[in-house]
Amino acid sequence: MKFAVPVFPGSNCDHDMVNALRDILQADADLVPATTTDLTSYDAVILPGGFSYGDYLRSGAIARFAPVMTAVKAFAASGKPVMGICNGFQILTEAGLLPGALQANRSAQFICETSELIVRNVETQFTSDYATEAHLQLPIAHGEGNYYCDEATLAELQANNQIVFEYVTNPNGSVANIAGIINRQGNVLGMMPHPERAVEAILGSTDGLGIFKSLLAHREEVTHA
Amino acid sequence: MLKNNELTPEALRDSQAYREWGLTDAEYQLIAEKVLGRLPNYTETGLFSGMWSEHCSYKNSKPVLKKFWTQGEQVLEGPGEGAGIIDIGDGQAVVFKAESHNHPSAVEPYEGAATGVGGIIRDIFSMGARPIALLDSLRFGEPNDAHTKYLIEQVVAGIGGYGNCIGIPTVGGDTVFDESYQKNPLVNAMCVGILNQADIQKGQATGIGNAVIYVGAKTGRDGINGASFASAEFNDAKASQRSAVQVGDPFMEKLLMEACLEVIHEHRDVLIGIQDMGAAGLVSSSAEMASKAGSGLELNLDLVPQRESDMTAFELMLSESQERMLLCVKAGSEDEITKVFDKYGLDAVTIGKVTDGHQYQLFHHGNLVADVPVDALATKAPVYQREKKRPSRLNKQSHHQFMPRIVDATGALKKLLQQPTIASKKCLYDTYDSQVQTNTVVKPGSDAGVIRIRYTDKALAMTTDVNGRYLYLNPRVGGEIAVAEAARNIVASGGQPLGITDCLNYGNPEKPDQFYDLDESAMGIARACQLFNTPVISGNVSLNNESNGDPIYPTPMIGMVGLIKHQRDITTQDFKQAGDAVYVLGETGADFNGSELQKMLTGTISGELFEFDLVTENQNQRLLLRAIQKGLVASAHDVSEGGLITTIAESCFGNGFGVNLKSDLPAANFFSETQSRFVISVTAAKRAAFENLMEPYATYLGTTTADNRLFIETADQNFDIKVDFAKRLWEGALPCLLK
Repeated sequence: MKFAVPVFPGSNCDHDMVNALRDILQADADLVPATTTDLTSYDAVILPGGFSYGDYLRSGAIARFAPVMTAVKAFAASGKPVMGICNGFQILTEAGLLPGALQANRSAQFICETSELIVRNVETQFTSDYATEAHLQLPIAHGEGNYYCDEATLAELQANNQIVFEYVTNPNGSVANIAGIINRQGNVLGMMPHPERAVEAILGSTDGLGIFKSLLAHREEVTHA
Repeated sequence: MLKNNELTPEALRDSQAYREWGLTDAEYQLIAEKVLGRLPNYTETGLFSGMWSEHCSYKNSKPVLKKFWTQGEQVLEGPGEGAGIIDIGDGQAVVFKAESHNHPSAVEPYEGAATGVGGIIRDIFSMGARPIALLDSLRFGEPNDAHTKYLIEQVVAGIGGYGNCIGIPTVGGDTVFDESYQKNPLVNAMCVGILNQADIQKGQATGIGNAVIYVGAKTGRDGINGASFASAEFNDAKASQRSAVQVGDPFMEKLLMEACLEVIHEHRDVLIGIQDMGAAGLVSSSAEMASKAGSGLELNLDLVPQRESDMTAFELMLSESQERMLLCVKAGSEDEITKVFDKYGLDAVTIGKVTDGHQYQLFHHGNLVADVPVDALATKAPVYQREKKRPSRLNKQSHHQFMPRIVDATGALKKLLQQPTIASKKCLYDTYDSQVQTNTVVKPGSDAGVIRIRYTDKALAMTTDVNGRYLYLNPRVGGEIAVAEAARNIVASGGQPLGITDCLNYGNPEKPDQFYDLDESAMGIARACQLFNTPVISGNVSLNNESNGDPIYPTPMIGMVGLIKHQRDITTQDFKQAGDAVYVLGETGADFNGSELQKMLTGTISGELFEFDLVTENQNQRLLLRAIQKGLVASAHDVSEGGLITTIAESCFGNGFGVNLKSDLPAANFFSETQSRFVISVTAAKRAAFENLMEPYATYLGTTTADNRLFIETADQNFDIKVDFAKRLWEGALPCLLK
């Protein structure tokens, strides 16, 4: 399985993601520049965390116009998996690949801590490795992670089981404690917590491994089907 | 050729306007009569004012800095370059340096702190290293007035704003509150980087005809002559000097860092030298690069990328606009280099060349606007041996140790845990990304931050420390203790101390009693460094930290890095399980002068500082490190401010274990700040081996428990408090004060 990790100017978790994929999951992963226009040779795309374009204007607001995002949209439309972590989630909402928006944290401060999450949907290709309602310890590190959507959208997210991760203790003011959502089609996931920071015991948690293992297992299934 | 508002050389002489820029009459005369043999023009006078400022020339501190021990077989690069470098084996090296941004932060706290971080990061990657960690040592007034709260909030936001965005984890530091810093806060930032020894760079410009390339952000009118501003005494009138403060752009610096590292790694055959444009901007980077190489230099200022119109030569040379670097590359390779920066969307412009001879020549609008000897700027600033006189505060000291009367031990503990300096700094460091780069093994809140070195079994421990109160009572011993405490933090984390960087924050060296503090503490630092084998490899001096005549406590911030040879040795301060034995390593005396308890009970600190013995300190540190390396230690925590009781409480807080301890000391002594001690926990299975090794230096106190109760029976009364309640007080105090 081959992953593409687009690097926007200002991305800063791009290497962390590639290191996790290569060193821990033994997967193929490439850093691809934001000028890339073709992602068809990849099996999955992960938009990494960071401060793309300095987060100027609004997190993700400039990154959505990068050439690679046209390719990401085509990639998503083809049904292949796309995941956005932290700034990557912000970019996905700005690009319209996921509903809602990420606002400044309720505290108006950047928050770096370990957050406890509940996996609300294990029926996705990103979460099948987790037990139902599993509790995870995953790091968060963001200034704008306060997920917002209107009531109609929330009702839709709930009705379609699109809320994948919830905070046990809401750190940032997110609507319905939302930490991560998936699109209706089930192939685009956005989440504020950093699973790539939780893949080695020496760094405090391995609870993020499940997401990558789920993706790899799903790929196996697809290939053998 | 002079701009209409620039004074002629004669008018400059007659009006003595150079005084405004920090040059003294004697210095001006030296330039005119000895260095140039003519009157310097406006631009030239500006160059000298920047380069001869304390910040760039160390003219007041050089005789003091000479006392530092900078040798040691591990040192690959000592003071003098952008940052110092220490060998850590396997062809790798660690690079680190600290820098102060005190005055800018007092005036414009967000940008002052942010650009302090940005500047120190550039120093690290200019050496060829990838920055892997940041630390911050902060000093504020007591957090009980609106202005101090504003300073704290903005400084912390500025540090986070820069470090979080650029993607370098902030893993440690220290924050202290004392009215001594009310009007003159200290903001010291430290950066640590790692490199392959083959990539080590120098800030030099050699080879006649080689190109000088300006890269990064455009030059504006921000921070003009900031080095002189930072070097002067601060007063209320200066509080309005916002134009002397720079504005940072971490996004720009991220691009600049990646581009420079790419040039260093992939174009090393054509790269001659690289240097950050920090204090005194373009003049200091270019003059230092030429001077180090014994070269001359010629720059065409018309080519300097500018973001404001009609900038004068003076402004272009002395602007401290951020996120700029200067490169010297082989003639003919200019395109190869500029292509790299193009890729990142950054300006890279050849603005000059290395010349024959030793002159520093600037051209602007076709005119030669400055023509001075390179060395005159870079190395020939006068050096002042300042007068030293023992301050009267030391002569008036009581020889007696403060003797606290503790009638309610638990009540005193509760109060102590809520003192701003003792209280948890979680609400501050939780706003810093401490985990980006995914190498952080020990996050902020322990004795030292620990970063593993990827693809090796090694790790680096890092810390910043200094207790200005001790230095106020005894500058020499206080200086020794600052180094000792830093080393203690490294050792408690399982590391072997490697070396230090420093920010020497003091008052006005022209006042003999304040120079005494600087000189004496430097001697203390030097002695301790030699004993611990931790040479000084880099640092910075910040003088004139006084406000309206009152100096801060002498505060030489010590930033130390240690090597953890095996990751299994990484040790944290938290008790690990119930039933482990708890020991204190080192003797506990009745040492209260300068202590947090004295401050809490009397509102101030006074008296002669308690005794301190470096040899005992070193011996205890070596003992603990040996025990850790033998795998005998479950947790270790250095005893510092707030004494034994604070240390034990903090070790309980991490994982919520309690303790049941017994001691023949009186309760008061649990607040004593005797140095050279650690609180250590050991699993039952390893007790015998541990005691064997530690005999007779460690004292058994009791065991950890699962019952959420901190209970200590002392000679006179008991400490008895629920751990989670005590932790709530400790964690809640600062957020409450800052509201």
